[in-house]
Amino acid sequence: MLKDYLPVLIQALVALGFAVGTLVVSVLLGRSARRNAMKDSAYECGMIPQGEAQPRFSVKFYLVAMLFILFDVEVVFMYPWALNYRDSLREHGPMIFWSMFSFIGIVTVGYVYALKKGVLEWKN
Amino acid sequence: MDTLLSYDWFFIATSLVKTLVIIFGVILPMVSYSVYAERRVSALIQDRLGPNRVGFPTTLLGFKKDLQLFLGGLGQPIADGLKFILKEDFTPAHVNKFYFWLAPILVIVPALLTLAVLPFGSSLDFDFIFQRIFGHGFGPVKMVIADIDVGILFVFAISSLSVYGIVLAGWSSNSKYPFLGGVRSTSQMISYELSIGLSVIPLFMIFGKLNLSAIVRFQAEHGWLLFPFTNGEFTWQKIALWVPCFISFIIFMVSVFAETNRLPFDLPEAETELVAGYHTEYSSMKFALFFLAEYTAMIAGSGLVVALFLGGWHLPFIPDGAGNGGLEILHHLPNWIWGFVNIGVFFGKVSVLIIFFIWVRWTLPRFRFDQLMRLGWIWFFEIALVNIFLTAGVLALFPN
Repeated sequence: MLKDYLPVLIQALVALGFAVGTLVVSVLLGRSARRNAMKDSAYECGMIPQGEAQPRFSVKFYLVAMLFILFDVEVVFMYPWALNYRDSLREHGPMIFWSMFSFIGIVTVGYVYALKKGVLEWKN
Repeated sequence: MDTLLSYDWFFIATSLVKTLVIIFGVILPMVSYSVYAERRVSALIQDRLGPNRVGFPTTLLGFKKDLQLFLGGLGQPIADGLKFILKEDFTPAHVNKFYFWLAPILVIVPALLTLAVLPFGSSLDFDFIFQRIFGHGFGPVKMVIADIDVGILFVFAISSLSVYGIVLAGWSSNSKYPFLGGVRSTSQMISYELSIGLSVIPLFMIFGKLNLSAIVRFQAEHGWLLFPFTNGEFTWQKIALWVPCFISFIIFMVSVFAETNRLPFDLPEAETELVAGYHTEYSSMKFALFFLAEYTAMIAGSGLVVALFLGGWHLPFIPDGAGNGGLEILHHLPNWIWGFVNIGVFFGKVSVLIIFFIWVRWTLPRFRFDQLMRLGWIWFFEIALVNIFLTAGVLALFPN
């Protein structure tokens, strides 16, 4: 079982080696950088940078992240259900359909609540 | 004991060979030539010429003309790659150095790692060579780097890791545009991860497994998901299932566009608003790694679409690498030829999808951010949920 994952490790090491290797080669062979004050400033299309480098951003992004975690967990719950759906349908009848139907029904209440709260309203 | 050891040795060696060949022999050339294809196709669409004249620079050696070794600018990717390595490697003073260097690595490694579970062919059988060298065969070698049962879950798990690289790139740059690009990119990627995750659930109900090579084999036997009659079998269930499969395909495909930050979803790097998004402050090879990761993710996404919906390496009438299926007359040729044909079929299908990606990029305009979130969270989320119950209903109503 665990042996099946050995190629994943090999692939990860090769990918890491490639990433680090190319960066090292670029440092060694690339033209050495000449610095000046303008080059060291943040890039804002050639203008002198204005304001903070890390501006405040809409709290909506946090809401999206939180919703994602909630609903992604729900999606993960559905995976084992989906994989066993056919077998269970054959052996135990349509009960498996209604169980997931009720679960999604409850989740949908939360989803509708989030929508009504205006999580996806980006105008204001 | 002796055979077990030799088998393990053989397993590790073949895994390493497959990894090296796929990354350096297939994916990296494919990435650089998709960039070239992108430039040529965009030129074609916009009625320009595009890069068509890179040759061998013999003028440097005193000749009057460059030697045209490559036709039609096919040397362009090589020249680009060399330039990425040789250009000034600049790290601006205002960045957070450690994370600034870590970010491109964190982006490219997951992108390359997702390729590990893609079945790019059926199997190759070289026992006629091994028999001569070792005196015994090892059986056909599966043409997938890691044949693990979690399959597609592994792809989701690993590909979501690249979000960290993008956040870090945007944050460590200490600059306005990369920061905004990083934030946007993150929220876009996680939003569409949801619809990708939901859109494949109907497929799991149909396949009953997650292992991608098993999924492709299922399609070889029961017909491709999107073209269910490729095995010549007509059932009511197949006809009824085609509708949810098609809906899944549309949602999955569009979500792959969003996940790979391609137009019409390229808001993280919307040039007119954010310069180049999260990699604005990057240059030389560090920038190239972001670029490579984007195209690798595109190839991995296309590969996933091919494996899930378009029958993977399977083509009707062509036998697989172990000599099963296909037309009887084709079995006269040795199996390994069909193994290679299967690999060619897979990458052929992937290439067609990549051309489609490029075509879309140069045809459609960009979404606005609220439209993007609406599409993901309202339309795709709800359609995918309904689609799951549609599939469940069809499977209950048409048991075979």
